[in-house]
Amino acid sequence: MLIKVPPASACHESDVTPQSTYFSRRAVMAGGAALAASAALPAWAASTYDGVDPGNVPEWLKAKLGDTHWQAVNVAGEAITPFKDATHYNNFYEFGTDKGDPAQNAGSLKTDPWSVMVDGEVGKPGKYALEDFVKPHQLEERIYRMRCVEAWSMVIPWLGIPLASILKQVEPTSKARYVRFETLQDPTSMPGQRSSFSYIEWPYQEGLRLDEAMHPLTILAVGMYGRELPNQNGAPLRLVVPWKYGFKGIKSIVRISLVAEQPKTTWQGIAPTEYGFFANVNPHVDHPRWTQARERRLPGTLFAPNVRETQMFNGYADEVASLYTGMDLKVNY
Amino acid sequence: MRYPWFRLGVFVVIAVWPVWWVYQAWIFALGPDPGKVLLLRFGLGALVMLLIALSMTPLQRLTGWSGWLVVRRQLGLWCFAYAALHLAAYLFFVLGLDLSQLGVELRKRPYIIVGAIAWVLLLALAVTSNRASQRKLGKKWRILHKAAYPALGLALLHFLWIVRADWAEWAIYAGIGMMLMLMRVPPVAQLMKRKSNKQANLKRSA
Repeated sequence: MLIKVPPASACHESDVTPQSTYFSRRAVMAGGAALAASAALPAWAASTYDGVDPGNVPEWLKAKLGDTHWQAVNVAGEAITPFKDATHYNNFYEFGTDKGDPAQNAGSLKTDPWSVMVDGEVGKPGKYALEDFVKPHQLEERIYRMRCVEAWSMVIPWLGIPLASILKQVEPTSKARYVRFETLQDPTSMPGQRSSFSYIEWPYQEGLRLDEAMHPLTILAVGMYGRELPNQNGAPLRLVVPWKYGFKGIKSIVRISLVAEQPKTTWQGIAPTEYGFFANVNPHVDHPRWTQARERRLPGTLFAPNVRETQMFNGYADEVASLYTGMDLKVNY
Repeated sequence: MRYPWFRLGVFVVIAVWPVWWVYQAWIFALGPDPGKVLLLRFGLGALVMLLIALSMTPLQRLTGWSGWLVVRRQLGLWCFAYAALHLAAYLFFVLGLDLSQLGVELRKRPYIIVGAIAWVLLLALAVTSNRASQRKLGKKWRILHKAAYPALGLALLHFLWIVRADWAEWAIYAGIGMMLMLMRVPPVAQLMKRKSNKQANLKRSA
């Protein structure tokens, strides 16, 4: 099946790279190729993203990188967030509540081998090894805006597979109406789960309506910046739903269940008036404690906080607004 | 002036922090969201200054050393200075200097309202902290400056309402604040005084 990538996020004529820049890129490529040979990053990614720690790409992912559809979706006219910032400013409360905690503590997470339990209303339930789960599909690079509910945002080049492809593989039954996701629960490697002062009931859980899960923009990511996911970004498998607040993008997934009823989500459980099930990016519906009309695009500096207007559905309205026709988004926040 | 070196030492030790933090932001050492980091550090700094200022009286009662009281006013003023930096950071980094939005936030958000009231209380205390105001207000000055207690309560509430998932850190500050208030309950305060007097007498007789 051909998945048509939506027009609003596609490049316009005006975004075409000037020829001079294009030719100078070849010089960068030459240098980049040499670097990539040693760093094991694909040449394309190595020359495109600066300062990327090459990580330790697992064999199964290495085998897929050559065949990756690079820049399958891009954002027009927006700079990609530096790798260092995207990997050192994270919310992953399993590893601590400060933004720097995940980068510091997530080293203890063991991501290989990894398996994902698929259950509920599916024709092919079972425990799948991550590599088998991903093997039948081509990797795509999706460059998406990421808007956190805390009113900051980034632009991140993910590597992943449309969730729809994976769900089709396990054959949802006609009773399946929602998808429920669960993060690993392992207090020995996740210090945040040992805190007795936390409001959070572990494991972290999230959910999507089936049509949201099947939407072509929704992906399961296994990598970013041309490499595998760093642990603090949700290795080895995480959800990315670009038109929703970041907390919907559940990390380090160990279980995917297809269910008939709307699943409970972690943040809804903590503060139902602040975090809804849908959590669509919406500048017209405030978080009770702060406005969602604006966001700080990171990185900001001392003199330029880089505050900008937040877009409806995080700029993906053309593609996803039809999912919510007739719904009052002030009630279904 | 009594204890000039002690006063100067306190001044320097407290003044370095905001300077150091702004310098860190300047050299990109505070990560991708330096404004938010500064905002939180100034706010927490104000709370810590208030707690330290409020521990001077109990310390004096416990130890009998009058040096504690000499720096109390300075500490209170530092608390206000940090709070003023906190407000400035909020206006600049969060609101992007959009003052019309400030009006909206002041009407809609309980934690902003509570924080604003605490800030106004601290302002009133800072403005009347000089000797002229003390003379002019007479007995009322002591009552007015008891407003430091509700300011502490409001600041802790403001802090609690921004906690999203883990209140361990908040509990530490609230615990210290509660302890300091408890030391001001008359019977407890008397007990502390008597103890320190006894120690002083013992020293004298020895």
